[in-house]
Amino acid sequence: MSATVLPQAAAPMKRSKLRRSIGDSIVLTERNLLAYLRIPDQLFFSSVQPIMFVLLFRYVFGGAIATPGMSYVNFLMAGIFVQTVLFGSVSTSVGLAEDLHKGLIERFRSLPMARSAVLFGRTLADSVRNVFVLILITIVGFLVGFRIGTSFGLYLAAFALLIFFAFAFSWVFAYIGLSASNSETAQLMAFPILFPLTFASTAFVPASSMPPWLRWFAEHQPVSIMVNATRGLMQGGPGANTGHWVMLAIIWSFIFLAIFIPLSVWRYRRVG
Amino acid sequence: MTAAIEAEGLTKTFGGDVRALNGVGFSVGKGTVLGLLGPNGAGKTTTVRVLTTTLIPDSGWARVNGLDVVKDANKVRASIGLAGQYAAVDENLTGRENLRMVGQLFQLSRKDASRVADELLEHFNLTEAANRPSKTYSGGMRRRLDIAAALVVRPPVLFLDEPTTGLDPNSRTAVWQVVEDLVENGTTVLLTTQYLEEADRLADNIVVVDRGAVIAEGTPSKLKSTLGETVLDLGFADTTTAASAINLFKGSWSAPPVLDGTMVELPIDAGPSQVMIALRTLDEAGIAPTTMTLREPSLDDVFLSLTGRRAELEEAEA
Repeated sequence: MSATVLPQAAAPMKRSKLRRSIGDSIVLTERNLLAYLRIPDQLFFSSVQPIMFVLLFRYVFGGAIATPGMSYVNFLMAGIFVQTVLFGSVSTSVGLAEDLHKGLIERFRSLPMARSAVLFGRTLADSVRNVFVLILITIVGFLVGFRIGTSFGLYLAAFALLIFFAFAFSWVFAYIGLSASNSETAQLMAFPILFPLTFASTAFVPASSMPPWLRWFAEHQPVSIMVNATRGLMQGGPGANTGHWVMLAIIWSFIFLAIFIPLSVWRYRRVG
Repeated sequence: MTAAIEAEGLTKTFGGDVRALNGVGFSVGKGTVLGLLGPNGAGKTTTVRVLTTTLIPDSGWARVNGLDVVKDANKVRASIGLAGQYAAVDENLTGRENLRMVGQLFQLSRKDASRVADELLEHFNLTEAANRPSKTYSGGMRRRLDIAAALVVRPPVLFLDEPTTGLDPNSRTAVWQVVEDLVENGTTVLLTTQYLEEADRLADNIVVVDRGAVIAEGTPSKLKSTLGETVLDLGFADTTTAASAINLFKGSWSAPPVLDGTMVELPIDAGPSQVMIALRTLDEAGIAPTTMTLREPSLDDVFLSLTGRRAELEEAEA
């Protein structure tokens, strides 16, 4: 080794438990965002999929789907926004499964840091990523004919609600990521959860076209509620019942957080 | 001598039936190096995980710097460094970013973490590679970064889990040098290894583990003198020649020689001159070996003499 002496030890900061948790979460959020910047192709290809869904439904299926009260592209985009952030939460579970598999979580667990920080660092970084992807999808939407029917302010409100709902939902996937045996499994486990939730919903077609049993599910499950809230905020119109759906979407978000934050932290403490 | 690490009766069972630890216990004096020696699957890593608070034992207790690893886990974490096969660096981050992150997670301020990161990079000859993602590093560089990450707060106790496994000889020597420097400065080190040579060079005391239990302990020289020795392997053209060769040494040699097919294993416990005597004896009898190797005792030999069976080289260690 070199002739230099080892650095003098620096004194750790004395912080309250809460400030330490916040500080550690920020450090790990930065770390995850840096990793996203280091592999831009991953960011690129994860944006390609929602763009393809926009094009698929706008130009292939769209002509065959009747939507009351608004053009199909305006109906569709609310569904696409929700689908995009939900599918994005898969990266929460894949990222955590990878950290676990590569031994990073073992290192983190041996450090005097907040137990929840690894999980908050991941879910917060994925929220930041969602902001970029939502902006991108909005631009693509405008290019294929999407227009805001209400106001820019309400569009921003929908945007904020989407980010919050996705943040809450990504905790479900944090738990999955810590429970999967590897990142491939974590990815595969997402499909049977996300597929029925996004497609048996009001995201792409009105629930009225479904058989009664499926229609009941599609009208009451959280993804449809979030889609209805987004659609109401962005398009409005008679019978949109926006306030009702927004309230329910917020309640569902808190339900996800209340169940899956403690569950994931519990899992994190015992994992391995 | 006060102990920096103490463990007593540690047990851990995985998945109901895989008994990884079966009553491991030992003590490491302050400022000394303990080599935890054993084959894959012996329980080395599991022991380290308990001592570094990432795994809670089923029974038994352990203290690091006098702090209980279960009850005072977070205080223990603030005073230890961990490097090795199961504690990685982030390959998407650069060397500098990795060290800064670990520093901040050790609750250093951003400024202190940056300074310590730069100084460590320089100390470990990584300054030139500091701004490259660590996935571009060679195995030796990555291991140095890993050890640097364990040193950001100059912990009084350092755990190195198989620090040289998979490294080339040069990198291995470099890692040894780092450990020796640290010990000179008063750090207590627990290192796990599969190599007797490594434990011999670095450790003040060696604990040999097998199937989750301690099967021997002592200083390297004590273990070597009782457990293994240098062996001269002589190969002969056929079994008849080998048989007549071993007859030359039977009875007269310092330790009993072993016949294994066309091979004669001759223990050497009196230095190089004994090798000369062996060859001269063969020469006088007009027997020439076809192959000849001088072999230092390996973990395998230690195991053979301790357990009567070869070290099981299992792949997975929980």
